[in-house]
Amino acid sequence: MCLAIPGKVIAIHEGEDALFRKGKVSFSGITREVSLCMVPEAALGDYVLVHVGVAIGVVNEEEAKQIFSYLEQMGDLEELL
Amino acid sequence: MKYISEYRDPQLVKKYLHELFRVTTRPWTLMEICGGQTHSLVKNGLLDMLPPQINMVHGPGCPVCVTSVSVLDEALWLAQQPDVIFCSFGDMLRVPGSSQSLLHAKAAGADVRILYSPLEAVQLAVDNPTKEVVFFAVGFETTAPANALSVVQAAARGVTNYSILASHVLVPPAMEAILGDPDNLIDGFLAAGHVCTIMGTTEYDPIAAKYKVPIVVTGFEPADLLQGILMTVTQLEKGTYKVENQYARMVAREGNAMAMKAIHEVFDVSDRMWRGIGSIPESGYEVKAAYSQYNARLKFNIQLPVREEDPDCISGDIMRGHKKPVQCPAFGNRCKPEHPLGAPMVSSEGACAAYYQYKSSV
Repeated sequence: MCLAIPGKVIAIHEGEDALFRKGKVSFSGITREVSLCMVPEAALGDYVLVHVGVAIGVVNEEEAKQIFSYLEQMGDLEELL
Repeated sequence: MKYISEYRDPQLVKKYLHELFRVTTRPWTLMEICGGQTHSLVKNGLLDMLPPQINMVHGPGCPVCVTSVSVLDEALWLAQQPDVIFCSFGDMLRVPGSSQSLLHAKAAGADVRILYSPLEAVQLAVDNPTKEVVFFAVGFETTAPANALSVVQAAARGVTNYSILASHVLVPPAMEAILGDPDNLIDGFLAAGHVCTIMGTTEYDPIAAKYKVPIVVTGFEPADLLQGILMTVTQLEKGTYKVENQYARMVAREGNAMAMKAIHEVFDVSDRMWRGIGSIPESGYEVKAAYSQYNARLKFNIQLPVREEDPDCISGDIMRGHKKPVQCPAFGNRCKPEHPLGAPMVSSEGACAAYYQYKSSV
């Protein structure tokens, strides 16, 4: 359950307070609202590592795609559905 | 995946295996901490590819598995209170407490909801002002920042009908409990990648030095795991005991500062009961006094008797590395994923469930 899943930031809402910085993240087409407050460096188009609705790190695109396809192969993406 | 050619990087997998056979001269027992790693080792058939001298044992690396029966009873009690919406990650629903599981309570009419994120629970509280929304805040250090953030956001939004049942567990104290056991068998550790994405690697330096064990922070794909095992065995063969980072592409030495700030804002370190292991000092997080109105234990004044585990379940021996799932007399007969005796059979990341699903040959 500690799995973090990489996805692409497709929208950012800065919010009035940095605590509420959030965005839309696409996981190969499945979109989720994700808190971006712990990755202040994350920008539009970046790939972030998401765990239970909160982005905890930024990853490069190639790495993100490789991790995602591995998780898909392992059948470990049910939590997104 | 049964064939090396199916892995993300088959050449790398072959190379690490070849190296591992070359450097291994003696028997070594290694423990992987993370349930995701256990799942990957078993599902990908890696255990059968390793040199025979290398014994992998499966640590307490699944928060679902180590949540104590008493905490599950607290969750069940909360779920059955009037006007409570009890929210949880899906994995926790089937775990048996002393009498039943949350799934049973839900079937009997309790308002139990599966959520993807604790932040959704805060919104649920806003949308249901006449209800009390409680989130079951389980997890290792990886999940603690999100649960902490839910409390901070609720406080900032003035939400008063939200609270959490905190049952966080911490990895380094569990490693110390295993290493400090006089019957300890573990020569080296693969530390959990995503836990370290949050916490960094510095907590492991004193443990490696005190117990003279190599600790290698490792990812969860086959090539990651084999490289982590190779790095650990290489250290053991040389007689060194350093903290190394196989998963540097995801783990910075200093971790994620914002995530740790959220944890320290909301949680204090506390003693914690681990299912199958017992109480480990300073091995969990509890909600700080400053946020006590978000602590479900205090808000609802929960007072329940402490319950014991099912005596037939040997999960404590499994999670300390003394036994393998197949050595349990109940494995696969009285204890199956459909009717688990203990938690490692419930979660897909539990060692017993992983063996049951993927190691049909043993």
